Amino acid sequence: MAVKVASRNPAAVSGDGAPGAPGASVLEVDGAGVTLGGRQILTDVRFSIGAGEFVGLIGSNGAGKTTLLRLILGLQQATSGAIRIAGRAGAHGRGMVGYVPQKIQLDADMPVRARDLVALGLDGNRLGLPLPSRRKREAVDGMLAAVDASRFANERVGNLSGGEQQRVMIAHALVSKPRLLLLDEPLANLDIRSAQEIIALLARITREQQVSVLISAHEMNPLLPAMDRIVYLAGGRAASGTTDEVIREDVLSALYGHHVDVLNVHGRVLVIAHAGEGFEVLAGDETAAAAGHADHAPAVIEP
Amino acid sequence: MAGPAAAWVSTVLRVLFAPGFFASSPVHLALLVGGLSALVCGVVGTFAVLRGQSYAGHALADLSVTGGSASYLASISPLWGFAGMGVLAAGVMDMIGIRRPRGRDLATGIVRGAGLGLAALFLYFDTTSSSTTGAAISILFGSMFTIGTGVVPLAAAFGLPALAVVVVLFRPLLLSSVSAELAAVRGVRVRLAGLACLLAIALAVSLAALTVGAILSTALLVGPAAIALRLTSTPGRATLTAAVVAVAATWLGVVLAYDSFTWPPSHDGWPVSFFVVALIFAGFVAAQFFGGRGRARTERS
Repeated sequence: MAVKVASRNPAAVSGDGAPGAPGASVLEVDGAGVTLGGRQILTDVRFSIGAGEFVGLIGSNGAGKTTLLRLILGLQQATSGAIRIAGRAGAHGRGMVGYVPQKIQLDADMPVRARDLVALGLDGNRLGLPLPSRRKREAVDGMLAAVDASRFANERVGNLSGGEQQRVMIAHALVSKPRLLLLDEPLANLDIRSAQEIIALLARITREQQVSVLISAHEMNPLLPAMDRIVYLAGGRAASGTTDEVIREDVLSALYGHHVDVLNVHGRVLVIAHAGEGFEVLAGDETAAAAGHADHAPAVIEP
Repeated sequence: MAGPAAAWVSTVLRVLFAPGFFASSPVHLALLVGGLSALVCGVVGTFAVLRGQSYAGHALADLSVTGGSASYLASISPLWGFAGMGVLAAGVMDMIGIRRPRGRDLATGIVRGAGLGLAALFLYFDTTSSSTTGAAISILFGSMFTIGTGVVPLAAAFGLPALAVVVVLFRPLLLSSVSAELAAVRGVRVRLAGLACLLAIALAVSLAALTVGAILSTALLVGPAAIALRLTSTPGRATLTAAVVAVAATWLGVVLAYDSFTWPPSHDGWPVSFFVVALIFAGFVAAQFFGGRGRARTERS
């Protein structure tokens, strides 16, 4: 049902000719479906991303965000539909994708400096010992400067703060000059200030390096100022468009398959569903709403 | 100026190197094979530690007891047994699922348990058979001074491929130890690289089992790498440092063991492996106190 509504609503369908997307799409997800162990994880997901666009992939835990990213990365096979990167399907397009995973395994014992990790983004798949070269050093230094990481370029990554590690990972993903940057919940473990810094950095880099960004998050509010467009996932189905087109009661109710309210509380968007006697916040900043705006949203702290 | 200095150096050399050290052919072999096994262990061990495979390395070391004791029964060089068993066990561990974090501990534990059961049986046969009474001690604690010349080509044939794995797969292994997902996205065949690394660990451990003994081979695999991680901040330098530390500890251990032939209680020498492992442990304690590169910024918020 929700899919039908999402695709029938012209605003929720972002075709190739979407305004603000000059030339061919960098990423096209064309009716992608994934079934894992008999469970339908994604159903007929379709959207596209134009050159230099900043797109948020929003949904609660279990909505299918990680599966969708794995699909685009080629780590997961689609049961139906197709993925095209810069117009090319399969492994050909994947060289044009940079990726920032949710978790890296680097504790303070690991002898890997920020600079080493960025260099691995350039040639980490090559065989043989890494030979120092001026071109490589300049590329790494330039990338570290672009993400404001020059200050800790020679520190071990395991000793850096969460926000600093994210900068290094973004540099690692971008140093090979991809057309599309995918980030899996990069804000999940950051405080609000670090998260805002990372978003501002991504928005600036997107413009400077002419790279498109697809960033997944369960919380859309920090991304609202930066997002050109949104892909909203719920129960494996997607609605996409500008935030004004997607974050609406009719579109989201159709997506969830039941009625939801969209509230604007002091500039923050909350998506709320009726759950028995109380309410459930489906998307929005629960903690900020509960702590800072208790008068306006008393129901959100009810079970 | 040169006179007193030269006299001082020669005094030190005379105290350090007991008479006959440089002329002894068992010493030459010990320095050669011991040095090679230390080099391989230092280099491969750095990646075992980086990739969190120290426990797998330890299990492979335990399993070389099984292979070693079997090879005594079959009257072939124990190195065949050490390496054969290690490679077999590495393959089984990969099949059971060493790539998943919990699967890794399970795979390692199951294979280690089964192998040690066999080792108990083989060692029992070894010790009850009169021709191989020294087998148990030699398998468990090494036999640096009784290595035959015939072992040298075999040691090279096992050691050089292990080194080659690390040299060829240096960057893919490093990237997949940071994030297997990231490496897969970059086109690294993560499972194949992981299996190659595990096989290299098996070969390194089998060489160490020959020189410092199956029980102590983990110390040579993990110890120098642990010291190197305290002292250096880049993967390349850590690998080099571990190799230098391993070779230095082994050679100094050989020197001290040769000296110990004049020591109490019985004037027939202390075990080389004791000296090597003691030196590595002392090095680790010293690195812990004086190194501290890894702790430089832990106070940051």
